[in-house]
Amino acid sequence: MALLEMHDIQKDFPGVRALDGVSLTLDAGEFHALVGENGAGKSTLMKVLSGVYPASEFQGRIAIEGQTVSFSGIRDSENAGIAIIFQELSLVKELSVGENIFLGRAPSRMGVIDWTELYARASKLLHDLGLSIDPRAKVGALGIGQQQLVEIAKALSRNARILVLDEPTAALTDAEVETLFTILHDLKKRGVGMIYISHRLDEVFRMSDRITVLRDGRTVASHIASETSKDGIIAEMVGREVTDIFPESEHDLGEVVLQAENVTVYSIDEPDKRLVDDVSFNVRSGEVLGIAGLMGAGRSELLASIFGAWQGKHSLKLVLDGSPITVRTPWEAIRAGIGFVTEDRKRYGLIIEQTILDNMTLAALKRISGRILTSKQNERRAAAEPMRSLRIKAPSVETVAGTLSGGNQQKVVLGKWLLTKPKVLFLDEPTRGIDVGAKQEIYAEINKLAEAGLAIVLVSSELPEVLGLSDRVIVLHEGKKTGEFTKAEATATRVMAAATGHGV
Amino acid sequence: MSDFKSIFTNRAALRAYAMIGVLAAIWILFHVITPGHTFLTPRNLSNLMTQTAVTGVIAVGMLMVIVSGQIDLSVGSIIGFAGGVAAYAMADMGYSMTAAIIAAVVMSTAIGLFQGALTAYVNIPSFIVTLGGLLAWRGAAKWLLGGNTIPISDETFKGIGNANLPIEYGWGVAGLLVVIVLFAAYRRAKSTDNENNGGVGRELLKAALPVAAIVGFFAIMNAWQGVPVPVVIFLCIAFLGVFITRSTVFGRYLYAIGGNADAARLSGINNRWNVLKVFGVLGALTGVAALIFTARVGSALPDAGTLKELDAIAACVIGGASLVGGRGTVFGACLGALIMASLDNGMSLVGVSDFMQDIIKGSILVIAVGLDMAGRKQS
Repeated sequence: MALLEMHDIQKDFPGVRALDGVSLTLDAGEFHALVGENGAGKSTLMKVLSGVYPASEFQGRIAIEGQTVSFSGIRDSENAGIAIIFQELSLVKELSVGENIFLGRAPSRMGVIDWTELYARASKLLHDLGLSIDPRAKVGALGIGQQQLVEIAKALSRNARILVLDEPTAALTDAEVETLFTILHDLKKRGVGMIYISHRLDEVFRMSDRITVLRDGRTVASHIASETSKDGIIAEMVGREVTDIFPESEHDLGEVVLQAENVTVYSIDEPDKRLVDDVSFNVRSGEVLGIAGLMGAGRSELLASIFGAWQGKHSLKLVLDGSPITVRTPWEAIRAGIGFVTEDRKRYGLIIEQTILDNMTLAALKRISGRILTSKQNERRAAAEPMRSLRIKAPSVETVAGTLSGGNQQKVVLGKWLLTKPKVLFLDEPTRGIDVGAKQEIYAEINKLAEAGLAIVLVSSELPEVLGLSDRVIVLHEGKKTGEFTKAEATATRVMAAATGHGV
Repeated sequence: MSDFKSIFTNRAALRAYAMIGVLAAIWILFHVITPGHTFLTPRNLSNLMTQTAVTGVIAVGMLMVIVSGQIDLSVGSIIGFAGGVAAYAMADMGYSMTAAIIAAVVMSTAIGLFQGALTAYVNIPSFIVTLGGLLAWRGAAKWLLGGNTIPISDETFKGIGNANLPIEYGWGVAGLLVVIVLFAAYRRAKSTDNENNGGVGRELLKAALPVAAIVGFFAIMNAWQGVPVPVVIFLCIAFLGVFITRSTVFGRYLYAIGGNADAARLSGINNRWNVLKVFGVLGALTGVAALIFTARVGSALPDAGTLKELDAIAACVIGGASLVGGRGTVFGACLGALIMASLDNGMSLVGVSDFMQDIIKGSILVIAVGLDMAGRKQS
């Protein structure tokens, strides 16, 4: 008997059918991957499963071990042994690891928390998972990867039999991914059924017993993992054959546009700690320079300090188009011709409740409109070009940015920076969390911009992306530059070796 | 997905209509229950508009501060202090009226900039800075006035709070405004850039409501003694506020900073400088409000403007502003101020006791925001 059965689930939102007859079964000890483009219905399906949408709000049947269940809230699904780890972590940063694990269920006597017992139990739990995390440490002090693992420990402390992981590796280093998979492997042996949502097909194929593909709210296919291939899955996800994710592109390299010398960046919290240590690089017009490195290698900090956005101590020399410049604020950087598509678009890139138009013209507002007064007419005219060339799918430029899909949001941020008419464009994780189709469009756009003579610096955690797009790759490891490769030299093993410090 | 735009824009419009509806309901209610049905008379409406003026002028500046994600709790005390400065300059130092006006506005602007600098450049939260200001400037007012009131003898100065625009001037202004509205409608109709261009006929039809409002307003005010000068000042400032928030780079930056401070900074906006400026604007407007208040009372009082900050904040919030920042309109804040003043005025006419008035106003504020939140959640 299946551990979990979801049968013919149908969920409507006003005007949209989000799920249209989706079925899914999960056996004990099964690793079941759920893939699909953003908006395909994966998250909605998991919200149905977890009781976020109560039983009255959708049609269809959910059964656990053959028993039909009906959840009216998250608490019900938790009691039934379902634990969901969402993309955005739900830990309280100011509390300790132990407190977070037992949040709401702390062992207590007459309302007084038994701290000894709590930390003893937390400690055992973490130890069982093979994690060396201090249960008394504040969650906020841990890296994002360790926080993810704490979240899993928390789920397991509730004796979850069904574990849903939504993009759990998006923020993890490769080492942390390994730890995670070791843990998942162990859980599998213990009979926990897992539903694994991820855009990273390498991971999906690594452990899955079965792979279910959703598209536009329907189940497109459900495969035994060994009977299908990556290309096949991608084709089913996007509904078309993807022949070449990274289109071959010839870039004509021109003069050096930006030269950054001896960049050193210090941590804001610990002023003695060097996040970037004496790194120098240059980028030519028409060139895509990839910056590879693991999480925490200092890539984003390197770009932020050049852009004048680093609020801690830093020192560097910049030469733009052959003449030395100083950049103290983002405004000076923009004026000098540097654009910065920042990571984490919701936090740093977009004003989520404003329109596409307002977002897109923000960085170049004074140039587009005039110094004092805004001109809606000029703004519309300026935004029309990126709307079209980036193929942003929205009813109009007045659409609120928060209602767009991740891919379209990312394109709006890219459009915002293209409107500043940069000579150098920094791209920090430009395709994180967006679907395959949108990724491809952004890759094509990057190539187009390079062909048009823009100098591009690309930071990405996805190695294939860096290798596929870059003319040259530099590698950072713990703040130091540990390698530089031409396109021909840059292989995954070499770059990875440099990124892990087993250099050159 | 295709009708997100219409949902959003219609919701903003819907909100404005709902508020106008609420205002109308309040007015009709008071008119019915007031002894002698005196609420909706030209005399009382003229009075009501004058009462709205002080809160309204501050609410316009407060709205901009709130949109940028900040708050100012000190404006009530600054009214007391700036009013004191004006009266002291004239009565005790023998300055001319003009010099006294300048002194008061410069003083309140300087205070606004000072508090803005502490917020923007010293990173003290504005809530704390202006909470300190709430105490300190009230103390300064009491110190300056020595705990007494300073009467004002200059009749021209008192006119700022009590005079009226001569009736024929009023009609002149009304005519001018109607022409401007019609011309704007005509230009919109002819503009090629407008997405939902409905042609000349439709644009003129859409202009009918504002034209009727203008004519109606001036007719009612002129039926009593003409438009009161404080109301003229308030309306000018309201239009200025609408213009700043909707049509200037500064205004757009305020919404961006309040909406997402990090994204704004990384887009090259100097957040600190703009926060400093918006506190300066509110300071200047507070000075204007102080002049109206002092002129209307005819003397500077040590406790002038007490609790005005709360009226202004309430007006903004009732008008749809979010205290988190990034959202709110000057139009909404002005309507909010008018609603608050209507409650004051109406309840006084009905003879509701002071303490009951406060209880009702407080409850209405909470209920209004509660309903707004419930409405947002649903959609």
